[in-house]
Amino acid sequence: MGQFVYLYRGAERNRSPEQTQEAMQKWMAWFKQLTEKGHIKDPGQPLEFAGKLVKGKQKTVTDGPFAEAKDVIGGYTLVEARDLNEAVELSKGCPIFEVEGAVEVRPVMKLNM
Amino acid sequence: MDPNEHLFRREAGRMVSTLTRVFGVHNLALAEDVVQDAFCRALEVWKFSGVPENPAAWLMATAKHRALDVLRRERTARAFAPELGRLLESEWTVAPAVEELFGANAIKDDQLRMMFSCCNPRLAEEAQVALVLHILCGFSIGEVASAFVSSEAAIEKRISRAKKVLARSKRLFDVRGADDFSGRLPAVHRALYLLFNEGYHGASPESAVRTELCHEAMRLTTLLLNHPLAATPATHALAALMYLHAARLPGRIDASGNLSSLVDQDRSRWDSRLVAEGQRFLDLSATGSELTEYHVEAAIAAVHAMARRTENTDWGKIVSLYDTLMTIRPSPVVALNRAIAVAQHEGPERGLEEIRAINSDRLATYPFYHAALGEFEFRSGKPEIAREHFRRALAVARNLMERRFLEDRLAVCERPAAAGSCCDRKARLNS
Repeated sequence: MGQFVYLYRGAERNRSPEQTQEAMQKWMAWFKQLTEKGHIKDPGQPLEFAGKLVKGKQKTVTDGPFAEAKDVIGGYTLVEARDLNEAVELSKGCPIFEVEGAVEVRPVMKLNM
Repeated sequence: MDPNEHLFRREAGRMVSTLTRVFGVHNLALAEDVVQDAFCRALEVWKFSGVPENPAAWLMATAKHRALDVLRRERTARAFAPELGRLLESEWTVAPAVEELFGANAIKDDQLRMMFSCCNPRLAEEAQVALVLHILCGFSIGEVASAFVSSEAAIEKRISRAKKVLARSKRLFDVRGADDFSGRLPAVHRALYLLFNEGYHGASPESAVRTELCHEAMRLTTLLLNHPLAATPATHALAALMYLHAARLPGRIDASGNLSSLVDQDRSRWDSRLVAEGQRFLDLSATGSELTEYHVEAAIAAVHAMARRTENTDWGKIVSLYDTLMTIRPSPVVALNRAIAVAQHEGPERGLEEIRAINSDRLATYPFYHAALGEFEFRSGKPEIAREHFRRALAVARNLMERRFLEDRLAVCERPAAAGSCCDRKARLNS
C-alpha cells in the first residue's frame, strides 16, 4: 500500500443552483465510495483560489491567481492505494472531470529506511 | 444530503431576495454574483467537510459576510439602497448595519417583496413568470427555457430585459401596503399557477411529473397565505387547487413508474392529508364575491378528490364547472378537458362532437388532444381511426412517460378482443 495525494485543478464556476446540487451529490457519493473501500487517509481541505506568491532571492510578493483558472489547485485529498495505477483508476470517479477539471495524482515519497 | 431537497435552488431565491433589498434593486446583478459566490464556496468546502447541520443558515451567513465585504469595499464607489446611505458613511457603522439587515425580522418578507416586484405590470405575463422562476426559484436560464418549452436564446433575452425593467424600478415593491397590493396580487397568482401547472402537466422532455416544481409553487403560495394582505379568497382558492392536485401526484405514476390516468389511478395512494388541507383552503376561499378561475379549478379537483372510486365521480357537476371556467378563462385546453368530461357524462360520441367543435390550431402539438380523439374513437368501436390518432399523439409526445402511456393505449387498440371491454373504461386522459 502507498499513499497518494490528489490535487484538484480547475475552478468550478457558473453553475445553476441545481447543477451545484448535482455536483455536490456527486462529490459526496464519490468520497463515500472511496471512504467505504478504505482509501481515504485524509479527506483534505479546499484552498482559496486567491493568495500570494513569494518568489526568488528577493522574496518578491505578488498577488494570485498564479495561473489560469483551469490550472489553479482548489484542494487536496490524501488517499491510500496499492500502487500508482490503482490511485489513478480511483481518481477517474472524481466529478471534477465533468467540468473539465483535472486531478493530479502524486505518490507520497516513501522513506525506505 | 437528501437528493430531493433542492437546497440550492430554494436558498437561491431567499438569498437573492435579501441581498437585493440590502444592495438596492438596481444592484440585482451584484446580489446574484454574491449568491453564486456563496454557492461556489459551499461546494468547495462541503465536498471535503460534508454538509453542515444547518446548510441554509451556513449559506445565508456566507452571503452576509460577502455582502459586508462588498459594502466595505465599494461603499463610496457604488450607490447602494438609499436607506443604507447614512450607515455606509462610516466604516464603523457598516458591520452592525449589515447585521441588522440580515436579522430574522428584516428578512421575513424578502421573498414576498421580490415576488411582487417580479410581477411588474410593465412586464408581459410570461416575462414575469420567467423572472419568478429564475430569481425566486433559482432556475437557470436553461431550466426556465425547458420549463417553457422555449429556446435558451429567447429566454435569455426575455429575462435580461425583465431584469433591466426591474433594476430601473428604483426600489422593490412595498409589501406593507404603500403600493397597490391588491392590484398586483392577480399577477402573482397567475405566475404561481403557471409554475404549478408546469410541474403537474410538465412539457419537459425528462419527466411528465416534476413534483419539485409543484412544491416550489406551493411553497411560494404559502408565503402569500402567511401575509395578512395577501391571504385573500383567491389566494386560498389557488392554494386549494394546488393541494388538491398535489394530493393526486403519488397516484399519477404507477408502481412500474408509468403515467397513470386519473380514472386508472389507485386512489388509495392519494395523499389524504393534502386532500383535507386543500378542502380546508377551498372552504376558506368561499368568502367575498369574487369567483376566480382558481375557485372553479379547485372545485373540479375537489369533485374528483371526493369520489373514492372513479365510478362515483359526479361528471355532470364537472361539466357545469367547466362551463363556468370557459366563461372566466376560455382556452383550447379547458375546452378539451370539458369535452372529455362530456364524454364521461354522455358517451364518447358526444365527446367527439365537442372535441371537433374546438379550434384545434393550438392543440396540434398537444399529445392529449390526439389521445382524447383516439380514446373516444376507440370507445365508439373504431379502433383503426383510434390508432391513427394515437400515432399522431405519439409523434408529439414530450417525454418517455407520455410515450409509454400512449404506446400502451395504441397496443390496446390493436388487440381486437379488447374492443368490447373498453367501453366501460372512463376517460383515461383527464389526469
